[in-house]
Amino acid sequence: MRPLTAAALVALLYVLHQDVWFWRDARPLVLGFIPIGLFYHAAFTAACSIVMWLLVKRAWPAHLE
Amino acid sequence: MIAAAVVFAYLGVALYIGVFASRRSRGGAGAEDYFLAGRSLGPAVFLLSLFGANMTAFSILGASGHAFANGIVTFGLMASSSALIIPVSLFVVGTRLWALGRRHGFMTPVQMFRDRWECAHIGTLIFAVQAVLLVPYIIIAVMGGGTTLAAVSNGRVPYWLGGAIVSLVVMTYVFFGGMRGTAWVNTFQTVLFLMFGGVAVAVIGAGMGGFGSAMESLLASPSTAPLLTRERVSPLYFFSYTFIPLSSIAFPHIGIFCLTAKRLGHFRKTVVLYPICMLLIWFPSVFLGLAANAAKDVPAIASKLEARSALAALSSPDRTTSANPEPQTDPATLATLRSRAAGDDVILRLVEGYAPLWLASLLGACVMAAVMSSDSQILALSTMFAEDVFTFYGGKERFGEAVQVVTGRVFVVLITLIAYVIALQVPQSIFDIATQYAFAGYASLSPLLVAALFWRRSTKWGACASTVWTALAVLAVAFIQQTIPAPPPGAAIEVWSAAGVNVITRTAQGALVLGMLPVVPMTVVSSLLMIVVSRLTARSAPGPATMNRYFDGEVSHRADSR
Repeated sequence: MRPLTAAALVALLYVLHQDVWFWRDARPLVLGFIPIGLFYHAAFTAACSIVMWLLVKRAWPAHLE
Repeated sequence: MIAAAVVFAYLGVALYIGVFASRRSRGGAGAEDYFLAGRSLGPAVFLLSLFGANMTAFSILGASGHAFANGIVTFGLMASSSALIIPVSLFVVGTRLWALGRRHGFMTPVQMFRDRWECAHIGTLIFAVQAVLLVPYIIIAVMGGGTTLAAVSNGRVPYWLGGAIVSLVVMTYVFFGGMRGTAWVNTFQTVLFLMFGGVAVAVIGAGMGGFGSAMESLLASPSTAPLLTRERVSPLYFFSYTFIPLSSIAFPHIGIFCLTAKRLGHFRKTVVLYPICMLLIWFPSVFLGLAANAAKDVPAIASKLEARSALAALSSPDRTTSANPEPQTDPATLATLRSRAAGDDVILRLVEGYAPLWLASLLGACVMAAVMSSDSQILALSTMFAEDVFTFYGGKERFGEAVQVVTGRVFVVLITLIAYVIALQVPQSIFDIATQYAFAGYASLSPLLVAALFWRRSTKWGACASTVWTALAVLAVAFIQQTIPAPPPGAAIEVWSAAGVNVITRTAQGALVLGMLPVVPMTVVSSLLMIVVSRLTARSAPGPATMNRYFDGEVSHRADSR
């Protein structure tokens, strides 16, 4: 993965963190009890892990070893 | 008393692990072995101990207290932003720190700064600012230990004795175990945190009769429905919080932890799993803090909700104006109401109300683990003193490496004693503020790391300007916080305005600059100073030999990959 692609992925996540779209919504309650705004950020956190996995697989700075 | 017994058992286990670790040190117990565990930590211990070093008492108690008062926004402000920024900073900066540490033998970030910019006293200045920003955490931990032991023993262990016991335990395993002991104890603590969250949610949810009805009851009331949204904070304020996690990699104890991995590959699991650890610990804390608003049948929580309603009534628009937000209320009444409404103990209260004794006992151990997270900070200060002061000013050359390690150990004892004495003398509120702005301070120091590792043209004078700015900005913000009392929630006091715009305001959450946390202007100005001053002092750039050590490998790698 090119450094620019990796940086773009991280920048995309950063933008997705500023989720103005669920700002004033509590519903739907996911699983009947999790407000949508909280569920979104929990899912975002899991997505961070997936993107980190991609970075580690495709853009690992192995030359530093 | 069972809870107290479990907490004391926990302290015993932590002590045993830490002291036992000292037996695993390689013969001779040199400085690298004591301060960096011989750069030999495996992937699991590296992940869990580094994560544990980043977790403070705030992660369990403060996060749920913040969510109790502010709702779901807590998770977005503090957890999901950290889940992105911290792994990225470990990936980009942490791996390079590790490589340089291994190649050139660095044991602290200041050693690297001194070498990279060919400077001496500017390095000492950076050391001093870093050390001053770190000390309040150690004092807060002593206070937290005293308070927790007094609470779980129902006052049988007084505050002064509780603080002394916790200080003694931490000091002993750091003294004997060094980095290896600290890392192993942190690993144990992180496993405890990870176990507690899910269990607490399940047990408390069952006790409350299901969270679905609790959420519906919160949505039904106009005063609590906004807690399930983020409408009470502005998107700008929310955005400004994403600068706070930049502090993580700039904290000396995290930078030093990056040097302890045996192989670069150990960063892989840490980078990938860090967000999952954040989720497992922060989601239960925030959700339980939110759900506590529906636990009106728990008397201690009902009392907090009453106090909050009284505070809200005081700041209603018909009573206040922006120029005079507290027209009829004396400060003592406000302080009492704030203290009653504070939610840092809501998880403890939920557990008392709904969970069996064994869970309350486990929580007590978790809280103790959280407040004992000062171990890595004490060790970091000791490492910094031994390397950045004792060794740099000729102590190691004159007296040898064994004396250097002894000096580090003596420093561990001294800093613990000083922290304990201060903890008994000074009100906690002062250090709460100090720790709050230490995050902003370290975020503002993060441009130093980025410039040292990635920008060839950075100079020692750029680093000096950023450091001096950081120190002055932290002092200024702390001064505003201390001299202007917090208004009731929702109100704002104008501190400084220009051209009709409120530049600095004092709110219940703290000082704001243009509606953002001070960390944003602090970090932006620090970066600009690094760039502008480095450009102006380009002649003081390091010589080719130094530059080759830092950037030659990178250049040849790029050439190879073409």
